[in-house]
Amino acid sequence: MTIATTTTPLPVAAKPVPLAKRDSRTEPRLVRGLIIGFALTFLTVFVVLPLVLVFAQAFSKGVRFYLTSLADPEALAAIWLTLVTAVISVGLNLIFGVAAAWAIAKFEFRGKTFLVTLIDLPFSVSPVISGLVFVLLFGAQGFVGPWLMAHGIHILFAVPAIVLATTFVTFPFVARELIPLMQEQGSQEEEAAISLGARGWQTFVKVTLPNIKWGLLYGVLLCNARAMGEFGAVSVVSGHIRGETNTMPLLVEILYNEYQLVASFAIASLLALLALVTLIAKTILESQIEEGRPHSDD
Amino acid sequence: MGLTLTWLSLLILIPLAGLFVKTAELSLSQFIDTVTSNRTLHALQISFGLAFAAALVNLVAGLLIVWALVRYRFPGRRIFDAIVDIPFALPTAVAGIALTTLFAQQGWLGAPLAALGIKVAFTPLGIFVAMIFIGIPFVVRTVQPVLIDLDVELEEAAACLGASRWQIITRVIIPSLTPAILTGFALAFARAVGEYGSVIFIAGNLPNVSEIAPLLIVIRLSEFRYADATAIAVVMLVASFLIIFLLNRLQRWAQIRALSVG
Repeated sequence: MTIATTTTPLPVAAKPVPLAKRDSRTEPRLVRGLIIGFALTFLTVFVVLPLVLVFAQAFSKGVRFYLTSLADPEALAAIWLTLVTAVISVGLNLIFGVAAAWAIAKFEFRGKTFLVTLIDLPFSVSPVISGLVFVLLFGAQGFVGPWLMAHGIHILFAVPAIVLATTFVTFPFVARELIPLMQEQGSQEEEAAISLGARGWQTFVKVTLPNIKWGLLYGVLLCNARAMGEFGAVSVVSGHIRGETNTMPLLVEILYNEYQLVASFAIASLLALLALVTLIAKTILESQIEEGRPHSDD
Repeated sequence: MGLTLTWLSLLILIPLAGLFVKTAELSLSQFIDTVTSNRTLHALQISFGLAFAAALVNLVAGLLIVWALVRYRFPGRRIFDAIVDIPFALPTAVAGIALTTLFAQQGWLGAPLAALGIKVAFTPLGIFVAMIFIGIPFVVRTVQPVLIDLDVELEEAAACLGASRWQIITRVIIPSLTPAILTGFALAFARAVGEYGSVIFIAGNLPNVSEIAPLLIVIRLSEFRYADATAIAVVMLVASFLIIFLLNRLQRWAQIRALSVG
């Protein structure tokens, strides 16, 4: 009896199974090809072509013209202002991003959900509106504008407003990156350090910081890319004073509107290069973060 | 901690409160006049309408892209995976001039399209194209981790029970992905509504035809009509928040439904 039941299915399995005509765990070859074809075409048309075009246009009058466009005093001033702005706003957001993430991940308090929503706010608001709020605050008709003007302090249409608007727009990057990371790690290690006699600052530098360093770097990287490339918010508050309050993206716009296309694309190519470097660094960091993540079974 | 709260309120809350205080300077009838003026209504309609349409395109295209990236193996897959993030990383002004040059009459894509009688740059279609560009990463990046984590055993079980591939996709896979798809859609939509840099170059910016709401805010500001600018901003903010709120509710509903189905 038992021998008969085990031997009968064998010839059936050897033949192609008649019930399932097609393997329904994946798509037919044709569909697969069509989907891959669509995905590649879509990404090529909408993403690869614009990117290639930036560099093609930038070098369309040769390397020498490209270099003289970048060595123009206005271009150099814009590059310098962009670097200064990025350093200050990334620095500010580094400090306060860590502080905000620390407060949210390691403590329980009322209004925590509200705070998290607040951190995300600059992401969901139009950059133009972000710029507008600073015009309302510091403008001649604004809330503190008249007082500032009376005391000879220039914020709007000057570098301070550019830095403030950039800081506002890039605020979420560091904090958002750190909150899940710090929540995952919990506060046991910090508690252990403190019970062994470490002071608050020591605990942070020796225990917390090593745990979050890759996530922190990741946040800073994205924050920096956005800070250097921000256009809408900065455009509203800058006043477009040539050589003084023009960042690189603003100079790209001005040159483009003056039909100095190649010069415009030359500046744009630097920003595109920044984006590419950021993406490559991001890919490398992602693998580092994956490695550094505590395993679920230990 | 006190420091954090102070910083947050200084940097975020006060400016936003200022927005509403400034609008309050207008009387209600003035506010309604500003917001319902022909030009404002058109600008809002263009921003929200085209953003919605572009987010829909991103939803469909994003799903197909994510499917190809996660489920299939083909040469260059990793590079294309990285390329998806470019619209997010590329400064908007750069994207704006690049798309405009690409789709202009003599552009690489503009010329063949012009031969077909399709004009993209300096028309509402151009705004649509720029909004699609800017929204690509959102659906892909929100759906990707969910699709990777999706248990293949569920599909195999469905296949064993005699389901066709189409049935498996529509009854098993899509319901599990729906919450992520909706999140991606909402993010792409919100980004496109507020988008300024990549849109203004290609838009043509004709009042009532191809003028987006953020640009109208900038124009009103340059005319020193601050209260008008603020009124438009407030309408945009409130409308965006309502739509995001509704999508969040829809997402939660889809999540519960996916759980009960799966």
